[in-house]
Amino acid sequence: MEFPEEFKYTEEHEWIMVEKDLATIGITDFAQDALGDVVFVELPEVGTVLEVGKPFGVVESVKAVSDIYAPIAGTVEEINEDLVETPEIINTSPYEDGWMIKIRMTDASAADALMSSEDYQALIAEES
Amino acid sequence: MKKTQLNQVHRELGARMVDFGGWDMPVQYSGVIDEHLAVRQAAGLFDVSHMGEVEVTGPNALAFIQQLTINDAEKLVDGQIQYSALGYSEGGIVDDVTLYRFNDSRFLFCVNASNTDKDFAWMQQVLADLAMTDVTLNNRSAEFAQIALQGPKAEEILAGLTEVSLADLVYYHFCEGAVAGVNMIISRTGYTGEDGFELYLPASSAVEVWQQLMKAGASQGLLPIGLGARDTLRLEKGYALYGHELSREISPLEAGLAWITKLDKADFVGKTALVTQKADGVPRRRVGIVMQERGIPREGYPVFVDDREVGVVTSGTMSPTLKVGVALALVEPDVAKAGTELEVAIRNRRMRAIVTRPPFVK
Repeated sequence: MEFPEEFKYTEEHEWIMVEKDLATIGITDFAQDALGDVVFVELPEVGTVLEVGKPFGVVESVKAVSDIYAPIAGTVEEINEDLVETPEIINTSPYEDGWMIKIRMTDASAADALMSSEDYQALIAEES
Repeated sequence: MKKTQLNQVHRELGARMVDFGGWDMPVQYSGVIDEHLAVRQAAGLFDVSHMGEVEVTGPNALAFIQQLTINDAEKLVDGQIQYSALGYSEGGIVDDVTLYRFNDSRFLFCVNASNTDKDFAWMQQVLADLAMTDVTLNNRSAEFAQIALQGPKAEEILAGLTEVSLADLVYYHFCEGAVAGVNMIISRTGYTGEDGFELYLPASSAVEVWQQLMKAGASQGLLPIGLGARDTLRLEKGYALYGHELSREISPLEAGLAWITKLDKADFVGKTALVTQKADGVPRRRVGIVMQERGIPREGYPVFVDDREVGVVTSGTMSPTLKVGVALALVEPDVAKAGTELEVAIRNRRMRAIVTRPPFVK
């Protein structure tokens, strides 16, 4: 499994890629593997204001429903429409084609407090 | 946690293991959808050794079973199997079972894993209440491993490992014979809606037989199948699962098991309550539901017609074959007719669905 160095991570198994005040968010390779075949994704509408730690969407595998939590505050700028028709790209490409949303961050510096790739790998080593 | 003889084999195959009613069982190997489609298109191998087996023997075995079960066991001939259920006197369901007749004084029940102890205790109690003699009950669950081989290629794969004429073994019949040199019960049954077999064999031979079957099926696309796909396979066919569509609180008439509830046979446990319920009309009916919008119905989601809550989803999934959400639900009888439009509340939204008579996948 890969966990790109340039991303930030959360305990809820999301990744965040920061470019200035824009954050792209998805779920990690570890998360997609644990979920199994993703068959449905529910995302917020563009313009939705997200609060840290509040669920903003849902990923469903055949067996389970999982909430996805906002790792950082901001406003939804773009959602990945491809996930509606082909949710399985979360399994095949969790860091690229399977991105979920892009948000305009209220405070971009808040991303600095999130986990590094190294810290995240230490976390999942404990969990698995 | 309880383990089957094949526990280590599952781990070596890379299975993800879960606690299933106190049993450490594989939920998936390569992935639920991949495994599901393998069973529909080729074949799959399931470890179902956690299932329970209770033997009933003695001159009064048949008379006892007639009292214990809701179906008519008199109809069985030697070597035949019947789908049946054990009922409470109040009308609810103890368990759904398959009943194997060896001869008129020897029968075997296959029962749900997590109900084995409850069922065995229930059988002993019914026997004691009837004060019937010449019946012996034997819980043989620990002696048996059970392996299911299911799918359109099942017969071809099994034929390579046995001398038994499988073409002569028809649906819901069984015989005793050797597979991979091990004597066992070969049963033409399953829980997937595909052709296939359930093999009852000595627990000590489980690993050897499993490996031989995997080897024999490798070239035909045989895959090991976990509980995840076992559930989606049965749901696509609309088969009931105890604890979801069947329980102490649900009668067989409500659960869609009227076809095995033989109210015209002589007395059996639950008959009075069921005759009354039939005369009064059942308060709920089990139906199939197919989503008309993108959304997955799940157990516990409420079902609506207009603003009236009319029932609840008992099992639901995304159908890997149809790629739409399908479910079984218990609803009020006036909305149980095929074609009825209703809505399933999925989180904060109501999504359109239609009552559809299972199987969802023909």
